[in-house]
Amino acid sequence: MTTAHTQLSRIPHADAVRLDDVPRIEIDSFRAVILDEVAGGCRISALFGVPQNLQTVRLYAVLTHAATSTLALVSCDVQDSYPALTPDCPQAHWFEREIAEQWGVVPRGHPWLKPIRFHHSYRPGHDAWSRAVGSTILPSVTDFFRVEGQEVHEVAVGPVHAGVIEPGHFRFQCHGERVFHLEISLGFQHRGVERSLVGGPNKRTIHTMETLSGDTSVGHATAYCQAIESLANCQTPLRAQVLRGIALELERLANHTGDLGALAGDVGFLPTMSYCGRLRGDFLNATALVCGSRFGRSLVRPGGVAWDVDKPRIEQLSSRLRSALDSVDGAAKLLWDSRSVQARFEDTGRISQEVSTALGLVGPSARCTGIDNDVRHDFPSGIFRFTLIPPSTWHTGDVFARAYIRWMEIQRSGRFILEQLDAMPAGAVRAETGPLAPNSLCVSLVEGWRGEICHVVITGSAGEFAHYKVVDPSFHNWIGLAMSLRDQQISDFPLCNKSFNLSYCGHDL
Amino acid sequence: MEVATLLPLAVTLIMSPLLLGVINRTKAMVGGRKGPPLLQPYYDLIKLLGKGAVYSRTTTWVFRAGPIVSLAGCVLAATLVPLGGCESLIKFHGDLILLAYLLGLGRLCTVLAALDTGSPFEGMGASREAMFSALAESAFLLGLAALARNTGATSLTQMHAALADGAWSVSGLTLALVTVALLVVFLAENSRIPVDDPNTHLELTMIHEVMVLDHGGPDFAFILYGASIKLWVLGALIINLVLAPSAGESVADLGVALAGMLILAVLVGLIESTMARLRMPRVPQLLVGATALSGLALVLEFGGIGK
Repeated sequence: MTTAHTQLSRIPHADAVRLDDVPRIEIDSFRAVILDEVAGGCRISALFGVPQNLQTVRLYAVLTHAATSTLALVSCDVQDSYPALTPDCPQAHWFEREIAEQWGVVPRGHPWLKPIRFHHSYRPGHDAWSRAVGSTILPSVTDFFRVEGQEVHEVAVGPVHAGVIEPGHFRFQCHGERVFHLEISLGFQHRGVERSLVGGPNKRTIHTMETLSGDTSVGHATAYCQAIESLANCQTPLRAQVLRGIALELERLANHTGDLGALAGDVGFLPTMSYCGRLRGDFLNATALVCGSRFGRSLVRPGGVAWDVDKPRIEQLSSRLRSALDSVDGAAKLLWDSRSVQARFEDTGRISQEVSTALGLVGPSARCTGIDNDVRHDFPSGIFRFTLIPPSTWHTGDVFARAYIRWMEIQRSGRFILEQLDAMPAGAVRAETGPLAPNSLCVSLVEGWRGEICHVVITGSAGEFAHYKVVDPSFHNWIGLAMSLRDQQISDFPLCNKSFNLSYCGHDL
Repeated sequence: MEVATLLPLAVTLIMSPLLLGVINRTKAMVGGRKGPPLLQPYYDLIKLLGKGAVYSRTTTWVFRAGPIVSLAGCVLAATLVPLGGCESLIKFHGDLILLAYLLGLGRLCTVLAALDTGSPFEGMGASREAMFSALAESAFLLGLAALARNTGATSLTQMHAALADGAWSVSGLTLALVTVALLVVFLAENSRIPVDDPNTHLELTMIHEVMVLDHGGPDFAFILYGASIKLWVLGALIINLVLAPSAGESVADLGVALAGMLILAVLVGLIESTMARLRMPRVPQLLVGATALSGLALVLEFGGIGK
């Protein structure tokens, strides 16, 4: 398909392009380009619809090729339906369900076309399931995959869970203790975030970004700010870039440490559970030392960061981190040295590299199968253009691999932060951002602690947000959790679930 | 009837929740935490007894009978077990069989009550409990049979008295095998790590806890109290075996046995602090292993090698 390549526009990461420069092709070529690029090693980072008028919806695809660090854009106009990509390209499955739900555009031939967030279509009169306008849509009230047969039973879990966690509904098709299939139904936390951003940016926008998924405040805020800075053609001061990098890695440290503790807790291994529970707090407090918020809120702002750190604070941060990292070292080693824990982690919830690639998984959930995708390495921005954090990979694809990758990333992020604190560049921490370029599009990628965060901003004629697309890593990865449960013990579900630790609200938006 | 025969029962009824307190405190201390007060299990029971109960419309009298019958079974079982030189309240030839089946009766009622709710979780827990306890029961009964053969007694009190006369130096091998087997049964039957995790909130991994999710208020207090008595009763069997009374002074022996119970609780806390739970398919292997040890002890006894 040599013609296909010419129909793509390859752009540098986080550079704004004029909307007119995004290639617009017919649906057949659009499908061909995507299939061809995915076969050539691309991932679909985003695939979404933008309404043009009452009849037409324009589909945009953001394709990322990690090995060559290239990012490609392509678009096409569709009416009420188009031939689905999913049968030929499984990683489009969730995106196409989203497009069908949001815009009432039916991907014909989609093998499992169901709503994902359970809301009415944003284009009144167009509904993929012909539901009447004004009818009540209840979350998770839909068909579920069923296995029939003797001694096959169904276990339904949630949306209300025994622990204090977010709501989600899980249906297991079981044979005794063995799971044949797990189907996950979300949408209970749908807030209409993307729609509320249209017309912005305004005073609320940054706060929305910081609460897209509360444990990834810095990640999402950075993705947003990168896009704004690129559209406003603003140069972020180096010191601000360093502070953002530090905050992003602190967020990773806190969450990964918490996850190691929670994984230990799920197998009933108390020492690591208690230590990591406390140490997660230490990392959160370190973030609070920088910006006053344990979850990194009100730090990252368009043009830089809102808070600078003075010398004594840097020293305090550095010494606190050193001691916390030492303790994590001890707690993690307890985990790896304990054979009863390893017996639980190894070979549980395995996913293969083929499955991971086909489904387009991101972050530790992909790296655990030996895929070395990491936005900090493949599409570096900010401080990561100057300092390399090597991607951490493992090859077994099981709970152990996902846990061990977290441990490797803890060590590497820790070293990165300490290095940066030792040699902070001087200067301002915030630049002015001017008006946004009109009729433009910008893709912004950040490696959050769960994986690739993708924000796509499209501006209108006055530079306002005409469309804002958020793809949280959880959007890609929930299906990975479902796949990892195949042929596993149902009693191992909580452990597998924790090893992915996905966001419900980041998915539901 | 001597007053001393009331002692083991009274001690069991009063002190059994304390064992849980000691276990929890041990776990907290090893984990670097302060932990709940030692008497927290008592406070929990009092709190639950003061609450009302909620019953699902899908349940029947079976659901309500479950906690009462299982508590009654545990209390009756406590009347059969001697402790530290004090004879049990009720004793007759073959009472060890009754002990096993009183505990079994309580379990049966809990399982039936769980099935009565119609919840898939509870059904899953009931199936796990039935499966694992069937395996644990064989280890338990074979172990008691080996002891009966060794001591020539079929009453727990007589057995206990017979063990007092330096039995460890004569038939240490049999007793050691049975002790290990009973310890495994003790952990499994009381839903402790490595078989079950009493602290988890994850329904899908629970065994015992998931069966009682729908019980609340006084019913749940009965279940918790019954569980702590069961913990004490099975623990007392181990302590009677390991710390055979020697002083001949029943009060001193009782003191030694009580100290032994507390040490056992600390041991459980340490086990739970230092290892993870087994993967569920591995649990039967552990229980079959315990059965094998009990069986071996019995074979040794029949062959006269254990002595």
